[in-house]
Amino acid sequence: MITIDHVSKQYGATTVVDDVSLHIERNSICVIVGSSGSGKTTLLRMINRLVEPSRGRILIDGKDAAQEPPHLLRRRIGYVIQGHGLFPHRSVADNIATVPRLLGWDAARIASRVTTLLAALDLEPASFAHKFPHQLSGGQQQRVGVARALAAEPALLLMDEPFGALDPIIRNKAQDDLLAIQRKFGTTVVLVTHDIDEAFRLGDRVAVMSAGRVLQSGRPAELLRAPADPLVARMIGTSDRALRLLSLTTAGEAALAGTATGPQVAASASLREVLSELVWRGAEGATVLDAAGNPVGQLNVAAILARGRSA
Amino acid sequence: MLQRLRPDRLGLVLTGSGLVALLWLPFVVFKTNRIVPGVPHALLEVLPIPAALTCLAAWILVAVAALWSRHARLRLGAALLGIIMLAWAIAAACNALTPAGNQVARVAPGSGFWLLLVSLALVATDAVTRLQPRPAQRVLLLALLVAALSGALALGLFDQLSMMREYAVNAERFVRELRMHLLLALGSLAAALLVATPVGILCHRLPWLRAGILGALNFIQTIPAIALFGILMVPLAALAAASPTAAALGIQGIGAAPAVVALFLYSLLPIVANMVTGLGRVSPSAVLAARGMGMTAGQILARVELPLALPVILTGIRIVLVQNIGLVAIAALIGAGGLGAFIFQGIGQAAIDLVLLGTLPIVAISFGVAVLLDAFIETIDRVPR
Repeated sequence: MITIDHVSKQYGATTVVDDVSLHIERNSICVIVGSSGSGKTTLLRMINRLVEPSRGRILIDGKDAAQEPPHLLRRRIGYVIQGHGLFPHRSVADNIATVPRLLGWDAARIASRVTTLLAALDLEPASFAHKFPHQLSGGQQQRVGVARALAAEPALLLMDEPFGALDPIIRNKAQDDLLAIQRKFGTTVVLVTHDIDEAFRLGDRVAVMSAGRVLQSGRPAELLRAPADPLVARMIGTSDRALRLLSLTTAGEAALAGTATGPQVAASASLREVLSELVWRGAEGATVLDAAGNPVGQLNVAAILARGRSA
Repeated sequence: MLQRLRPDRLGLVLTGSGLVALLWLPFVVFKTNRIVPGVPHALLEVLPIPAALTCLAAWILVAVAALWSRHARLRLGAALLGIIMLAWAIAAACNALTPAGNQVARVAPGSGFWLLLVSLALVATDAVTRLQPRPAQRVLLLALLVAALSGALALGLFDQLSMMREYAVNAERFVRELRMHLLLALGSLAAALLVATPVGILCHRLPWLRAGILGALNFIQTIPAIALFGILMVPLAALAAASPTAAALGIQGIGAAPAVVALFLYSLLPIVANMVTGLGRVSPSAVLAARGMGMTAGQILARVELPLALPVILTGIRIVLVQNIGLVAIAALIGAGGLGAFIFQGIGQAAIDLVLLGTLPIVAISFGVAVLLDAFIETIDRVPR
């Protein structure tokens, strides 16, 4: 979907992004994680050309992004920023309709798209469409920001610290919503954050940035098992890496054949949650049930612990 | 209990001054013709006994409300009643003093009348401030005021009043000068908007330009109006002499041309400065989001920045309009016309009534424009930003 090919950005003598290459697959969530000043936001903004690369090129679906007028390119790419950036003088519906209007959609199509998106983000269309941003809570504003970015059905969504302004409980809900939305619309997401937990929770792939360079990129489990750089290891932390690893795998994925005598757990629960349940109940094994409540297999403590080992 | 009896401070001052005005100051001055000094009369001495008693009773009613009522509505009602009574009293005084059929004799409002009017107006505005009416209510109040005044004038209630005598003589010219006055004020505003809008946007975009331009405009603002008219006479006269086209367009050293140019120059600073402030207040994240969604620079300006800056920009326009309506009066000095012509003619002829014929409409128009624009600005500025 996106190929970032030896891209650098310099401001005068300062190199903000230094020879970064990265491949982002279609329908996946790629999280770029790093501390402030690591160049992650600049890298993200080079994808929709809010920042022009000094060197290198960025291919979107095989085509060089530099070939297209920037404002036309941006209309095809969803963009969500921290603190939502909603237009305070426009209603929720008008905010969401921004890009479709720029693209010249007819009014009926825009109206039905706005209704669909509000409903998809748990905002009752009848009561929210005509509200103004200042009448919404922080979590609602953030959801409207996501709805606005998805309005013109972009194949690609860029998110810059989208949940940074939310309190922890609302942030968890927003992260779940994003995963659900991404699955529903099949959008490719590139998300920038400084929160490593958020990166592991959301990312199919995680790229760790520092001082303008990508130190390591890969699946979360790869980063946990084999950090390529001391800085990556430090960012991830070593004290609970086994448990982090367990939280990346679901019970359904790890289930063994047969049934067990202990408690029943959902296939969507993570191994970390299953282990916690077994410790709590003093049981050796659990039966895994699918969403419909049918047994699909079993798990025992030994099998779970094996999944948390470094190799 | 004592708390309840303690009178309102503003009310105390205003009823005190009202009492002085009512009892000792001349309410009206009767003149047998335009120039003579005239004979002062107190209100209670001019009116027939029943009318005088009615006035006194009304004054006591207003005074009680102003002193002891804490209900803003009641205070406003009392003040409006007082103003209506005042209008009625001066009309009654005119009738009592002017011999029937006399078209030359006139009654001028005296210092007592003005003091009462100011006191009542202050009680009324104080009450309106306390009531915090919504924009639509303020406009409605203004409309009622205008309707009442126009009605009274149309009915000829004040025809024997000195200013109306002057108006009767100058009616045709009054309309012409009024039209000229508005044309000068609005025309220079329109020209200033055409120039100040792009300049304001440039100043917002290019910080290095800002200090220089605002400094220059500030400097213009410090030149006294009369001096600026004088300074402009020379180049404009030279332009008219050098270019027949310019002369054919009506450009000359005196008259409307230097007036419009001077007002235009004075109008630039408030508009440019408010434009810079307004655009500077626009949330950077809204602009970033607009850019990130693929709006062009022009679309960002037209759909995000200008709409969000509009209340502040309109505040600048309001300042300019009220300022221009006042400044046009001075432009009459260099032959630009407008209501100021009556003022200077009146000063020249020592005819204070003529001065008032020029002054009062200017005050009324400025007041009306300020109320209307304030209401409009508040209506569009309901979104916090």
